[in-house]
Amino acid sequence: MNRGRTLYTSLKRYPSAMAGIAIIGFLLGLSLYTLVAIPYGDAIARWRGGEHWQQYPVNARPAWVNWFRANDLPATIRVESAAAPVEEEAFTGARRLRIPLEFEYTYGEFPSEMNLFVRAQYAELEPFVRLTWHTPDGRQIPMGGRRVSHEERVSISQDWNLERRLGRLPHVGLLARPGDAEPEVLPGTYRLVIDAILFEPEAKLEATFVSYGRVHGLAGTDHQRRDLMVALLWGTPVALAFGLIAAIGTTLTTLLIAAAGVWFGGWVDAAIQRVTEVSMILPLLPILVMIGTLYSTSIWIMLGVVVAFGIFSAGIKMYRSMLLPIREAPYIEAARAYGAGSGRIITRYMIPRILPVLIPGFVTLIPSYVFLEASLAVLGLGDPVLPTWGKVLYDAQAQGALFYGYYYWVLEPAGLLMLTGLAFAMLGFALDRIFNPRLRMI
Amino acid sequence: MSDDEPLLRVEDLRLHYRTERGIVRAVDGVSFEIRRNEALVLLGESGCGKSSLTKALLRMLPRNVAEYSGRVWLDGTDVMALDEEEFRRRVRWVRVSMVMQTAMNALNPVVRVGEQVAEPLRVHRGWSQERALARAAEVFRMVGLPGDFLQRYPFELSGGMRQRAVLAMALVTEPALVILDEPTSALDVLTQANIMNVLKRIKRDTGTSFLLITHDVGTSSEIADRVALMYAGEIVELATAWQFFHDPAHPYAKLLMASVPRLREVREPAHIPGQPPSLLDPPAGCRFADRCPWRFERCSAHPELLPLPGARRSRCWLHAEDVRSAQA
Repeated sequence: MNRGRTLYTSLKRYPSAMAGIAIIGFLLGLSLYTLVAIPYGDAIARWRGGEHWQQYPVNARPAWVNWFRANDLPATIRVESAAAPVEEEAFTGARRLRIPLEFEYTYGEFPSEMNLFVRAQYAELEPFVRLTWHTPDGRQIPMGGRRVSHEERVSISQDWNLERRLGRLPHVGLLARPGDAEPEVLPGTYRLVIDAILFEPEAKLEATFVSYGRVHGLAGTDHQRRDLMVALLWGTPVALAFGLIAAIGTTLTTLLIAAAGVWFGGWVDAAIQRVTEVSMILPLLPILVMIGTLYSTSIWIMLGVVVAFGIFSAGIKMYRSMLLPIREAPYIEAARAYGAGSGRIITRYMIPRILPVLIPGFVTLIPSYVFLEASLAVLGLGDPVLPTWGKVLYDAQAQGALFYGYYYWVLEPAGLLMLTGLAFAMLGFALDRIFNPRLRMI
Repeated sequence: MSDDEPLLRVEDLRLHYRTERGIVRAVDGVSFEIRRNEALVLLGESGCGKSSLTKALLRMLPRNVAEYSGRVWLDGTDVMALDEEEFRRRVRWVRVSMVMQTAMNALNPVVRVGEQVAEPLRVHRGWSQERALARAAEVFRMVGLPGDFLQRYPFELSGGMRQRAVLAMALVTEPALVILDEPTSALDVLTQANIMNVLKRIKRDTGTSFLLITHDVGTSSEIADRVALMYAGEIVELATAWQFFHDPAHPYAKLLMASVPRLREVREPAHIPGQPPSLLDPPAGCRFADRCPWRFERCSAHPELLPLPGARRSRCWLHAEDVRSAQA
C-alpha cells in the first residue's frame, strides 16, 4: 500500500529502526519455525520432563562455552550396541553375547555422569550381564554382573561398590590415570565390554552406553536434563503473542472507551473517569499473584486479567486529553451536522486522528507486557504447562543457578527478553520521531 | 403541501445558554420564513446570535443549553417534534445542509477531500464509496473544482478551493436549503466574489434555497432576495433586498446602511456610537434604544416585530400604527 511504503521509506532513514525490524522479523521467524518444528503437544509433553531426557546431561552448559575455554568440556558420548561388533557363541541351554562398546575419550575434563541402558527381549528368563571396563593402558576393571529386565538402567556413576574400589566417583575413576593424587584424564580408546548370557533362543539384548557431557547443544540443559532450547524456542511465540494480544487488547479498548467518554460526555465520561481512577490505584501484581495462587496460573487467564486491568489505566486519561480538543474541531461539528452517527464519528473521525500518535507508544508497550509475563513466571505464576522464558528464569532461580555458576541458565532467557525489548524499543522510538515531527532532529 | 407554503417557517425560536455569569439569550424569539429558491440573508454584527440561530435550526446544540424552544416547519413538517434520530435521518443534510462558519477548518486534515465530500451520501443513502465519489466529482464540477481534486488532502487546497469543497459537501445530497454561516469571511475579495457567483449559479440551476448568514453588507447584497437584520438576539427588520438596501426602515438598519461606503457617492461612512447590549441581561425595552438617535419615551417598552407596508416588518415603535398615523 502506498501509505505503508511511505512509512517504510521514512523508517529506512533510521538504522536503529531497521535493526529493530530485523530483530522482530527474526523473532517472528523463530516463532513460526518453533510452531512447525515442535508442535504444541510435543513441546508440552517434552517440557513435562522424564523418559525423553534420560540420555541428556544434567545442567550442561551450552556447547559454545568451549570457544572461550582452554581445555574443552566434554560433550555427551553415546555408544550403541547396534554399531558394535557383537560376538555370539552358543552352548547348551544358552547363548553368550560379547558386546564391546568402544569410544574415544580425548577431553581434558571428566564427564558429568555415566549410565548404561540395557534393553532385553525375553519371555521368562532374564538375561545375565557382566560388565568389564577396558582402559587404553590395558587395565581391566570388573564392574560386576547382574540380571537385566526389559528396560534396565545401570547407573555406573552411582555404583557404590565401584566407587569404593576406585576411591573416586566411578565416572572419574574409570577415566583417570592410575595413581594420580589429583585425577587427570587418561586419553585414549576405552571399551565397556558386556558379556551377556541369554537363556532363551529368541531372546535379544541391546545396550547404549552414555557418558554424559558437561556441554549440550546451543542452549544447554537444566536440572531435569531438559534441553533449554525447547523452552527458549517456545518462549518466543508465547512472549510475542502475550505482548501483542495484551498491547492490542488494552490499547484499542482503552482508546475506544476514552473516545466514547469524550464524545458522549456527561455521566458516561464521569463513570469512565471514576472507574479508571479506582482501577489505577489497584495494585495489579498482587492481584495477579492472588489469582495465580487461588485460581489458575494459566497464561491465558493471566492475559485476560492483565488486559482487563490494562483497559482502565492511565491511558484513558491520556487519550481523553488528546481527544478533547478533537471533539471540538470544526470537522467533527461538520460531521455531526451532516448526520454522521456517534459510532461513526468516534471510529472514523476521532480515533484515526490520534492513532498515528499512539502507534509508537503501542509498539513500546508490547515488550512491557512480555516482561510482565516473565515477572509473573519468576514469581512462580508461570503457566503450568507451557515452557516460557520466565519459567526458565524461575527454574534457574529456584535451583540456585547463579550460585552454582550456571550463568547460561539465566543469561539465555534474559538475553532473549532484552533482545525483544530492544527491538520494539528501537522501532518504537523511530516511529515516534516519524509520527511526532517535533522530535525529529534537524 | 401547497406551492405558497414556505420551505422553512420559524416561529418564536429561542436558544439560551447557561453560563457562569447567567443566562445568555443568544436567540430570543426569532421568526422568519424562507420560500423555495429564495436566498434570505441574515445580517447582523458579531455576537448578535446569528451563528446560534444556525445551531438552533440544525439542532447542533452545545451542552449548556438553558432554553431551546419555538416551532420550525420544514416543508410543512414540524421538525421540532422529531426525536434526535429522526431529525438526523430526515433533516440534517437530507433537507437542510450547512456550510460552517469555520469552513476553512471544517475538513478533516487526514482524510482526502473527495471522501469527505462523499461522506454524507454514504451516511444517509448508504452508497458505495465509488458511487458516492462519482457524485462528489459531479458536485465538484458544479462548484468549479477539477474532478481530480477529489484525491487531494485539505492542506493541498487553497482557501478558496477549500471553501468550494465545503460548499460541495453541503450540496452533495441535493438539499432544499443550504445554510451558509459566514462562508466568505476568511477569504480575499476576489475569492469572495467567485464564491458568490458560484452560489448564484447554483441557486439558478438547482432551485436551492439559501440562508446566508453574514455581517458583510456588501457580500449579502450580491445574492439576497430578502434580508433579515438581527440585533441582540432578535430580528429587527425583515424586508426584500431592494427595500432593505435602498430604504431601510429600522433605525439600526438606517445607521448600518449609512456606515457602508458607496462606490458612487461622496460621503464619509458614518459609524454607530455605543455598543450592542449584553445578551446576558438585555434591556427590558427596545434593545437598540441606547444607541438610537430617534429614541422616545415609548422605547422603554419592548417593541414587537411590527408590519409595514410592502410585506416588510420592523421592530421599532416608530412603525407602530398609531405613531405612523400621527406622523402622517
